[in-house]
Amino acid sequence: MAYGPKIIDHYENPRNVGSFGTQAEIKQRKDVGVGLVGAPECGDVMQLQIKVDPATGKIADAKFKTFGCGSAIASSSLATEWLKGKSIDEAEAIKNTAIVEELALPPVKIHCSVLAEDAIHAAIEDYKKKNGIPTGSPEAAAKH
Amino acid sequence: MTNSQPRLPIYLDHAATTPCDPRVVEAMLPYFTTKFGNPGSRNHQFGWQAEEGVETARAQVAKLLNCDEKEVIFTSGATEGNNLAIRGAALMYEKNAAGSGLSRGHIITCNIEHKAVLDPCKRLQKEGFEVTFLEPPRDGIVTVDMVKAAMRDDTVLVTIMWANNEIGTINEIKKIGELCKSRDVIFHTDATQWVGKMPTDVYADNIDLLSFSGHKIYGPKGVGGLFVRRKKPRVRLTPLVDGGGQERGFRSGTLNVTGIVGLGKACEIAHQEMAADAVRLSRMRKRLEDTITSRLDTCAINGHREQRLPHITNISFGFVEGESLMMAIKEIACSSGSACTSASLEPSYVLKGIGVGDDLAHSSLRLSLGRWTTDEEIDYTAEKIISAVNKLRALSPLYDMHKEGIDLSKVEWAHH
Repeated sequence: MAYGPKIIDHYENPRNVGSFGTQAEIKQRKDVGVGLVGAPECGDVMQLQIKVDPATGKIADAKFKTFGCGSAIASSSLATEWLKGKSIDEAEAIKNTAIVEELALPPVKIHCSVLAEDAIHAAIEDYKKKNGIPTGSPEAAAKH
Repeated sequence: MTNSQPRLPIYLDHAATTPCDPRVVEAMLPYFTTKFGNPGSRNHQFGWQAEEGVETARAQVAKLLNCDEKEVIFTSGATEGNNLAIRGAALMYEKNAAGSGLSRGHIITCNIEHKAVLDPCKRLQKEGFEVTFLEPPRDGIVTVDMVKAAMRDDTVLVTIMWANNEIGTINEIKKIGELCKSRDVIFHTDATQWVGKMPTDVYADNIDLLSFSGHKIYGPKGVGGLFVRRKKPRVRLTPLVDGGGQERGFRSGTLNVTGIVGLGKACEIAHQEMAADAVRLSRMRKRLEDTITSRLDTCAINGHREQRLPHITNISFGFVEGESLMMAIKEIACSSGSACTSASLEPSYVLKGIGVGDDLAHSSLRLSLGRWTTDEEIDYTAEKIISAVNKLRALSPLYDMHKEGIDLSKVEWAHH
């Protein structure tokens, strides 16, 4: 598949790869929200983690790991860049169409941007749940 | 490990197609310009020259298959050969006529055949034939016992490939041929990956119909051969293309003289060189497989380890995805186990057919070596694949989970 330069760049130099701990550790961390979306047999699994600064309520850091095609890796890499410094509300407003536009994703790869948006919402939901914040913004609920 | 860097990109997709051998091209050239006649022109020298070229090629093909020259039909390739053999035999040997309301006859094939065999069988199924699709186990081998168990009184045709194009496994062709002979059932084999790579003797191997193509054996594209047995039994076929009655009436149309001359030359070269090629390629493949499997965990070679062609390997890598793997080794031309350029990810039906899970089927590579593959290319490829898999595993949440001891099959995934 012929990809544009931005996808190739994120694929070859992915930003913010990693995790804030093992699966067991991050489950315990209240300041970290984890979104794990997709399925191995579908060929895409994204794990997106946000670390929220309790003082400011803003996303201080974000990390990802993705099993998937070049577009899936690029979409989640870009998502982590965008998440940093945003408030929860701002992060929730990130749209998959913006990812499509920024990376110039080909039409058959739109689902990768949808998956990235799902991962963002799942990570936020996890963070809210851990901290007793009411979840289920109407938007996130409508997604599924 | 050799040190010199090979010229890039590296071609390791010889099971898809091969470059033309320069000796083949040289043999073809006069037939484009000076010896351009129609072999059907019986009354002048141009026709005779072309006919001589075609008949020389027919003899070269016959020598490779160990059959009589009259038993070789030239086609446009293995797809046409498979269609003509399967459809032609089914229609000729049907038990009941179309529209009689009765089964027209029974056909046995296998679910990991090439589409050029599966689709003609499925069309016949729609037209009133009954078809059994055998399901080989994880080793990918179709055995005579599997065919025997499926055999019925109304079986008219068995069509089983000699060697599989994705995993290189070799089926029990000689024994299946023997079984078919004893039951008076026509036996066809799609030998596209086999002919020119491994010794073929259609009589000793009890074959009635055998199709193959030129471009898999360093010949040109658009030409192939079909062996149609003429004695014990004399096999008849209903032609797919009617017209001038060329090729004993099996395949009308002016012959593709240049292509046929190239196919003949390719067969002649294969006959002389395949034994040495097989030894060399088998050694190189072992080097490739040993390097990769000794340095990467959770990777598996698909199909039977011994009973397979010397030049094909199919390897699955756990916890990495196929397309990103292909991107990471973009200077190596090979095939992936999934068609992920399409909107829906479709893992290889061959790998699925032998029970490889969708996740592993997606992350499989088929590497196929050829006449000019070098040790430097093999070493470079092995290193490139190892570093690509390691890089992608560092990115893979699944590999982390695996290392933490989480059973991925027990995770509740959010399916899309």
